[in-house]
Amino acid sequence: MNWAMLFEAWVAMGANRLRTFLTMLGMVIGVGAVIIMSAIGAGTQASVQQSIASMGSNLFIILAGSSTSGGVRMGSGGVQTLTVSDATAMEELDSLLATAPVSSGTAQMIYQSSNWNTQITGSTPSYFQVRDWRIESGYPFTDSDVRGATRVAVIGQTVAQNLFGDNDPVGKMIRIKQSPYIVVGVLGKKGQSLDGRDQDDTVIIPITTAQTKLFGSKFKGTVRFIMTQAVSEAMMDKAQQDMTQLLRQRHKLRESVEDDFTIRNLTALANTAQETTKAMSLMLAAIASISLLVGGIGIMNIMLVSVTERTREIGIRIAIGAKQANILMQFLLEALMISIMGCLIGVSVGVGGALIVHKVLSINVVITEGSIIVSFLVATGIGVFFGFYPAHKASNLEPIEALRYQ
Amino acid sequence: MDEVIKISQLTKNFHTDAGEVCVLKGVDITIKNGEFVAIMGPSGSGKSTFMNILGCLDKYTTGSYWLNGNDTRNLSKDALAFLRNSVIGFVFQGFNLLPRKNLIDNVALPLVYAGMPLDKRRKRAREVLKSVGLEAFGTYLPSQISGGQQQRVAIARALVNFPKLILADEPTGNLDTKTSQEIMQLFCDLNAKEGITIVLVTHEPDIATFAKRQITFVDGKIQHDSQQEQSV
Ligand SMILES: Nc1ncnc2c1ncn2[C@@H]1O[C@H](COP(=O)(O)OP(=O)(O)OP(=O)(O)O)[C@@H](O)[C@H]1O
Ligand SMILES: [Mg+2]
Repeated sequence: MNWAMLFEAWVAMGANRLRTFLTMLGMVIGVGAVIIMSAIGAGTQASVQQSIASMGSNLFIILAGSSTSGGVRMGSGGVQTLTVSDATAMEELDSLLATAPVSSGTAQMIYQSSNWNTQITGSTPSYFQVRDWRIESGYPFTDSDVRGATRVAVIGQTVAQNLFGDNDPVGKMIRIKQSPYIVVGVLGKKGQSLDGRDQDDTVIIPITTAQTKLFGSKFKGTVRFIMTQAVSEAMMDKAQQDMTQLLRQRHKLRESVEDDFTIRNLTALANTAQETTKAMSLMLAAIASISLLVGGIGIMNIMLVSVTERTREIGIRIAIGAKQANILMQFLLEALMISIMGCLIGVSVGVGGALIVHKVLSINVVITEGSIIVSFLVATGIGVFFGFYPAHKASNLEPIEALRYQ
Repeated sequence: MDEVIKISQLTKNFHTDAGEVCVLKGVDITIKNGEFVAIMGPSGSGKSTFMNILGCLDKYTTGSYWLNGNDTRNLSKDALAFLRNSVIGFVFQGFNLLPRKNLIDNVALPLVYAGMPLDKRRKRAREVLKSVGLEAFGTYLPSQISGGQQQRVAIARALVNFPKLILADEPTGNLDTKTSQEIMQLFCDLNAKEGITIVLVTHEPDIATFAKRQITFVDGKIQHDSQQEQSV
C-alpha cells in the first residue's frame, strides 16, 4: 500500500460523487447515532451515579404511615407516628451507624437586600453523617445547639450563592421568617437528587429550633421522616429487621396490626435506578449500532455495483500485470476510505448533535473518547468486512472474462 | 533464449449451453526471438482465442505452451500476471485505455504493478510516449484524442516495461488505411530496431505484408505457414 493507491481510491470515489456521498451518509448516520446515543446514555448514567453518590451510602428512610395506604395516611392532621425519641432509640441499635430525625418545610429568608425561598430541614448533627455531607466552610451545628434550640443554620451552595453571591456567609446573620439566624457553615456541593431536585437548595437547622421556633408543631416531637445509615451493606437486612422490631415495640403494635411506618431502602432503590439507566444506555447503543450495520451493508452494495461496472477496467489491469492482491487492495481501500471518511464526518455530526441535545433538551451528555475510538474501529472493521467480499470478487475475475465484459 | 513461444498440440474447448465446442484443434508453432508474425484467417477460425492463450489471458485445454522458457501449464494466477507484466505487451483492437486516467498514467500503469516508484514511472512513460510521437499529449484523457492516437498510446503502454513480445489482436481494425499504415510502420520499427518479437492478427492482406512471417488459421488449425513453405 502506498500513496499512489490511496490517491487512486480517492479518485475513484470522486468519479461518482453523489453515489459516494449517499453511501457515506449511511456511515455518517450510523456513527453519528452511536455517538449521540452513547453520549446521552453515559450522561444519564453519570447523573444517576452522581445523585446516588451524593445521597449517602447504605441508607434507609423511615416514613410515618403504612405503605399500603400510600405512605402518609396519618400525616396530615392526624397523629404523626414518628418522633424524635424514636430516632434517639434507634441510635442504640448496633446495626445502625447514625440516625437523624427530619422535619422540614419551606420558608422565606433574607440577607440584606437579597431574599430567597427554600426548603428548611430541621435535624441533628447526625444528618451530616447520614447524608455523608461535607461542610465546605465553617462548622456544623452541635448537639448542644439541638438541646438549646439555638438559631443557627448551615446553608447549601445554591442558597449561599443566591443570598451572598461571592461573599463568605459564615458568621453572617440571615433572617428566616423575621427571626435572626447565624450562618455557622456552608455545605459542600451535591448536585441533583435522583428525582431531579437541587439538593444544594436547602438550609439545615437544629430540629428543636425548627419545631419550636420556626414551624411550630401541633404534636410536639413528631417528625416527617427519619433517615438512618446501616453500618455496612451486608447489615442492611439485619438493620431493617431491628428497626421494624424496635419501632413496633415502641409504638405498641399488636401482632395483627400492620406497621404504622414505612421503611424504604434507598440503596436498593438507587441500585435499581442504576441498573435501569445502564440497560437504557445499552439499548440506545444497540439501536444505534444497527444503523451502523445498515451503513456497512450500503457500502457492500455500492462496492458490488462498482466492481460490476468496472469489470472491464479490472480486466485491463489484470491483463497488464495486476496481481490478485493489487486488485483486492484497490477495492478494499476504496471501501475503507468511504467508511473512514463517513466515520470522520459521523464523529463530528455525533459530537455536534450531542452538544445540541445538551443545549436544547438540557440533558446531561458525556462524550467519551471511548465511544469515538470504538465507533472509529467499528467503522473501519465494517469497511473491511463489507468491502472484502466485493474486493475478493474483483480480484478473482478471470482476465479474459473481465476483458470481454461489456 | 531463442524461442519466445513454443507450442505443441494445443487445443481449446469451450463449454457452452450447446455442449463442448472445440475451437483450437491441435496447433503447433514455434516463434523465435525477433520474429514478426501476422496471423490471418476467416472469421471464427480461432485467431483471437489463440492470441488470448498466447497472452496467458485464457487457459488452454490440452497440449503445451512454453513462454520465454516457462511452462505455463501449472503457473498460478499471480505467476501468470508477472509473466504478462514483464514479458508481454498487449495491443487490443479496442485500445482498452482507462478512461479516467491521463495518457501518462495510462502508459505508466504496467510499471505500477512492476513496483517502480512514481517519479521513475512518470519519466519512463514520458519517454515512451515521445517515442510514439505523443509527448505533447501527456496530460490528455483518452477521450480527448483520436483513435489512431489512442492506439499509439496503447502501443506505448505495451512497450513501457521493455517487453520481449508484443501481442496485437487486430490493432488496426478500428483505424483508417492511412493511420493503419502508420501504426504498422511503428511495429516494423520496433521489430527492426529494438528486436521485439511481434505477433499480430489481421484481416487485411496488405497489413500482413508488413510482417516477415504469415500464418493462416482455418477452423482451429494452422493451414498455412509462410516460413515452413520456405523451408520446404
Ligand atoms: N467464450 C466463448 N465461449 C464459447 N465459444 C466461444 C467463446 N469464445 C469464442 N468462441 C467461439 O470460438 C470460435 C472462434 O472465435 P475467435 O474469436 O477466436 O475467432 P476469430 O478467428 O478471432 O474471429 P474474428 O476474425 O471474427 O475475430 C467462434 O466460433 C466462437 O463462437
Ligand atoms: Mg478475433
